[in-house]
Amino acid sequence: MSLAHNHPAYLAHHFSDMEQQKASAKLGMWIFLLTEILLFGGLFCAYAVFRSWNPQMFLNAHKHLNVILGTVNTAVLISSSLTMALAIRSLQVDKKRPAIIFLLLTLAFAATFLVIKYFEYAHKIHLGQLPGKFYTYTGIEGTNPHIFFSIYFAMTGLHGLHILVGMIVISWVLVNTVKDKYSSEYYTPVENAGLYWHLVDLIWIYLFPLLYLIG
Amino acid sequence: MSEDQASFLNYPRGIKSWLFTLDHKRIGLMYLIAIMFFFFVGGVLAMLIRLELFSPGKTIMEAHTYNQMFTLHGAIMIFLFIIPVIPAALGNFVLPLMLGAKDVAFPRLNLLSFYIYIFGALFALYSIITGAVDTGWTFYTPYSTESTTSVISMTFGVFILGFSSILTGLNFIVTIHKLRAPGLTWFNQPLFIWGLYATAIIQVLATPVLSITLVLLILEKAFGIGIFDPAMGGDPVLYQHFFWFYSHPAVYIMILPGMGIISETITVFSRKKIFGYKAIAFSSLAIAFVSFLVWGHHMFTSGQSEIAAMIFSFLTFLVGIPSGIKIFNWLATLYRGQISFEAPMLYTLSFLFLFTIGGLTGIFLGTLALDVHLHDTYFVVAHFHYVMMGGTVMAFLAGLHYWWPKIFGRLYNETLAKIAALFIFVGFNATFFVQFILGSRGMPRRYYNYLDQFQPLHAFSSVGSWIMAVGFLIMGFYLISSLFNGKRAGKNPWGALGLEWTISSPPPHDNFAVTPQVSHGPYDYDKIAVERD
Repeated sequence: MSLAHNHPAYLAHHFSDMEQQKASAKLGMWIFLLTEILLFGGLFCAYAVFRSWNPQMFLNAHKHLNVILGTVNTAVLISSSLTMALAIRSLQVDKKRPAIIFLLLTLAFAATFLVIKYFEYAHKIHLGQLPGKFYTYTGIEGTNPHIFFSIYFAMTGLHGLHILVGMIVISWVLVNTVKDKYSSEYYTPVENAGLYWHLVDLIWIYLFPLLYLIG
Repeated sequence: MSEDQASFLNYPRGIKSWLFTLDHKRIGLMYLIAIMFFFFVGGVLAMLIRLELFSPGKTIMEAHTYNQMFTLHGAIMIFLFIIPVIPAALGNFVLPLMLGAKDVAFPRLNLLSFYIYIFGALFALYSIITGAVDTGWTFYTPYSTESTTSVISMTFGVFILGFSSILTGLNFIVTIHKLRAPGLTWFNQPLFIWGLYATAIIQVLATPVLSITLVLLILEKAFGIGIFDPAMGGDPVLYQHFFWFYSHPAVYIMILPGMGIISETITVFSRKKIFGYKAIAFSSLAIAFVSFLVWGHHMFTSGQSEIAAMIFSFLTFLVGIPSGIKIFNWLATLYRGQISFEAPMLYTLSFLFLFTIGGLTGIFLGTLALDVHLHDTYFVVAHFHYVMMGGTVMAFLAGLHYWWPKIFGRLYNETLAKIAALFIFVGFNATFFVQFILGSRGMPRRYYNYLDQFQPLHAFSSVGSWIMAVGFLIMGFYLISSLFNGKRAGKNPWGALGLEWTISSPPPHDNFAVTPQVSHGPYDYDKIAVERD
């Protein structure tokens, strides 16, 4: 089908032109990102409340997080944001092959993040540094150290879930890129996937210092 | 018949064309059917509660069953009925028509949000089968973390329902911004659109907070994470803050679209231009804004700081200003209008009367000192039923009767409709007005048993609920029978302005053959003579 056609295949019937469709998709995505921030906002709020009540416990407990792995993961996620942005750029200038490579790289970074997170979790589970009533570790001074790990697992767990969803979305746009569905004329889904991915990255940028670097 | 075949009800045909439809009209209709089912279930529960309360002690059920009944009544009516009913059912149907659009901005997301609603509702039903929740619809900790009833599946159901609400809100905001017919400016769009817009903003901003609160509650129950459970070092008051940060704005998710409907019906049935268009439009946004700043008035006696309670009390009074602006504008609209009393108008007038009582008693409850006496009494029960049922449900019924001929292309029996409206109005007041008295005399809400001195008023209230039930049964009868032998409706049976009345009833699959051009205001009844058709 010719892209120069008045009503291209990717223009849904209820929009009058591409401009309207693209603006709608973008506005929708930004509103969705807003809801994501509010979703995490509840956890950030819980973090603030419990840290203000037990500052010393938070300080003691945070030393048991692995700063090196956390730093590596931060670098990994920032890199993945870069490759995601480059993938969009490649589609904007109609370079399909680099776009595919950048999307694959983004997926690889995301997977690396989850693998590192898995090792961090495994170590904590092994030590009994678990949330709430499953907390059996005894080496942390202060009131209710299990709450620190509740918050740690809730925040990083929800974030990890978002990474997983992001990987599914990126895989989907990757398949569509391979199938030639996107071009410089139409790449909104990739752009929206990118927006989502940057937000997931951004949330980690806040999680990392608040959990790992409070000393 | 040729016109009929082109209607959205008949084209395309087949059950699959309904289940996978992307048509906003069909999705709205499917929502309407599902939501009315839950309204019926919640209503039956209400009748059973009132029957139990007819006399002190055991009347028909045990205390534990009673606790489950009022919890389910609250949870079903709030999360499955009143939050989605106007936006998701009527709004879905009418919004694109009012905008002169072919559909909402994201039709697939719209269908998804319907199935998310069904999925969440199934979880709620599952929790009823596996030991219905007895915590009250608010799921307060620490009782909810200790209760052995199925709190997890119920709250998970509500969590899922939240996404349905978020997606509808998101869809509507984008639709209202981007899919406007040429000539339809922000200030000549129908006020129902302003109502839906303000609602959508709250849905999008508040619901995610409820989602995360319920996730934390589920984690608390499953892992004892110690955020809300005092036994694990958590704070139950924090739960209440989180919960009401959503659930107070949610009250305005319920009322704002209803107020939008009132602006439509009151102009049509008094043949007058709305008084103070911009004041009504901006007061919707003002209510949405203030709604985020008043959640603490649910917690005056929960142990929040006194200074916080005073500030929340003051901020709560602010809600009265935009609400009052609306009421006075509607009254001014009626002034010297050619008022006619068809069923939608009867419900509209009921709304004005009942919502005013509900709103003013809200000021009593927002007053810090008075609330210490009245909190958790039947005064509160009466207040929120006057706002939710006297306000939102009356507005919904006004809208349902107003757009019924448009949705189904059939007219219902007007005489029966008037009789039903009378029964509902009288029954409603008989049921709930006495509850103000009960509450002010100290009858606590949610109690299974009560002192003998309250018996006459409780009995009066229960009898009121039967009168109301008769009204709803009559309504069910004439609405359903209108589908089979109602007179066919023309394009515009009320002689209303508004784009939805310029197309056939029921509307064709594609809404508008040609994108309409809007050249007049939504309520220019003084300039344009519209014929009933």
